[in-house]
Amino acid sequence: MTLSSKPTPTPTPTPARFAGPLPEALATLRAVSVALGGRRILKDVDLAVEPARLVAVIGPSGCGKTTLLRLLAGLIEPSSGRVRSCGERTAFVFQDHRLLPWRTALGNVAFGAVSTAPDRRERTAQAARLLTECGFPAGSNGLYPAQLSGGMRARVALARALAAEPQLLLLDEPFNGLDLQMRRSLQDRLRALVERRGLGAVLVTHDLLEAARIADQVVAITSDGRLACRETFDLSPADRDGDAVQAAARRLLLKSETLGSDTLGLDQA
Amino acid sequence: MTTSTSISRFRGGSPPGLLKRLVWSGVGLSSLLLLWWLGSLALSPIALPSPLETLAALVRILLDGVALSYLLETAFRVLCGFLAALAIGSLLGLGAGFSVPLRLAVGPLLSMMLAVPPIAWVVLSLLWFGLGGQAVIFTIAVALVPIVFLAVVQGVRTLDPALVEMAESFRLTLLGFLREVMLPHLLSYLVPALVTAFGIAWKVAVMAELLGAHSGIGSGLATARSNLDTAESFAWILLAVGSFLAVQYGVIQPLYRKLEPWREPVARTGPQVTS
Repeated sequence: MTLSSKPTPTPTPTPARFAGPLPEALATLRAVSVALGGRRILKDVDLAVEPARLVAVIGPSGCGKTTLLRLLAGLIEPSSGRVRSCGERTAFVFQDHRLLPWRTALGNVAFGAVSTAPDRRERTAQAARLLTECGFPAGSNGLYPAQLSGGMRARVALARALAAEPQLLLLDEPFNGLDLQMRRSLQDRLRALVERRGLGAVLVTHDLLEAARIADQVVAITSDGRLACRETFDLSPADRDGDAVQAAARRLLLKSETLGSDTLGLDQA
Repeated sequence: MTTSTSISRFRGGSPPGLLKRLVWSGVGLSSLLLLWWLGSLALSPIALPSPLETLAALVRILLDGVALSYLLETAFRVLCGFLAALAIGSLLGLGAGFSVPLRLAVGPLLSMMLAVPPIAWVVLSLLWFGLGGQAVIFTIAVALVPIVFLAVVQGVRTLDPALVEMAESFRLTLLGFLREVMLPHLLSYLVPALVTAFGIAWKVAVMAELLGAHSGIGSGLATARSNLDTAESFAWILLAVGSFLAVQYGVIQPLYRKLEPWREPVARTGPQVTS
């Protein structure tokens, strides 16, 4: 493995939360570099995403976090290195949600299944189920994005991604700009979805506490596009109490500081 | 006093109730009628016939059947010109929206066409097609093509790349993308342009008929004018305005609301739902 030259902690062995053989990775990046418009964005990145695991990606703005997701989604090609991903079975939740303004909440979710479920009625029924699963109030299915609050739009975007029946879920700061309570509620829901459906998830976030609350693994990208540190948690998210989350967030912050305080440019918890 | 309170009225409040709307529209209309009537008392009937004389003339042309057949004739020409412009303008607009060389080549020509006064097209079409329906249809089409073209080009160019990437991430086929993303987006530009275009089509039709056709509302108006029958002229104008408003509010606006419910005021100012 050609990891970057930055210090990498020895990963803590994952506790045996899932019986059976170690699940095969849904997506792997091997020594991947990306250059866009002559600028190197990611350098020599190695990453593996396993089923029922949530990987949080942290790092300063513009360091290539979103590029990493687009790479995993197959929206861009690497300049060098290898990307293996479950292609068709990947779904994206965008930072600005990118809902279609002319479709209702229900229609937007059904849109997620447009290329997988040919039957329109089936799509609509599935969309209604997914909206409920994502905690969207049933009476509001017919509202248009302009009528929805930020939290509701985030739920619609999450449900739309699930409509594509993905194995790998890519989330680009989907809970940005929401209040703390809403973030918590959506984080818990995301975590539950990952475990219940056995999804592999990659969550880009600026929020160390969010990463420490729900991720199985946190990777940090530096401003020059290298994967700087990797932190794997001992406790499953359900077993982490407030103190454990705070401690993990502090540990992440400390690591970022040892790398140079500006290298990661993280939000302090 | 803060700035926000003095400009807050521009946010728009709740829409007025039906009664309030009826009362105020009634006030506006009856003021016009009153002014018209007072004017007709002051001026000779040749200059300004009274509302009652105009109504009598309107009933006369309606009863002898000529108004209805002329109205249908005009409507048919508007429809033909409108559809031709829609087809040509959309095709050119799509081409120019996707191909930069085509946009650079066609854009200035269409902008130039937009600057040609409709009356000039009437003159040219009379020279090319002679008197009759064809000249009217041509004038309407040629006046509307640039409007449709510019709306479609604008629509294609303003499609948010973020939405394209979103569609790509959901692995839409080209056909699926055109149907689910491109077309609804284009409609949001095209539909308002078509509403404007319809108004222009109606006016251009009457003008072209006045100069170059033996039938249609415009030709009815021309005959009345040459007979110095001012009341009947007013009746034809009333018919043109009334039928335009009927189509505008009876067909176009409901269709617009049906096509774009997400643009309805309720979508913008309606209660936001939080959860």
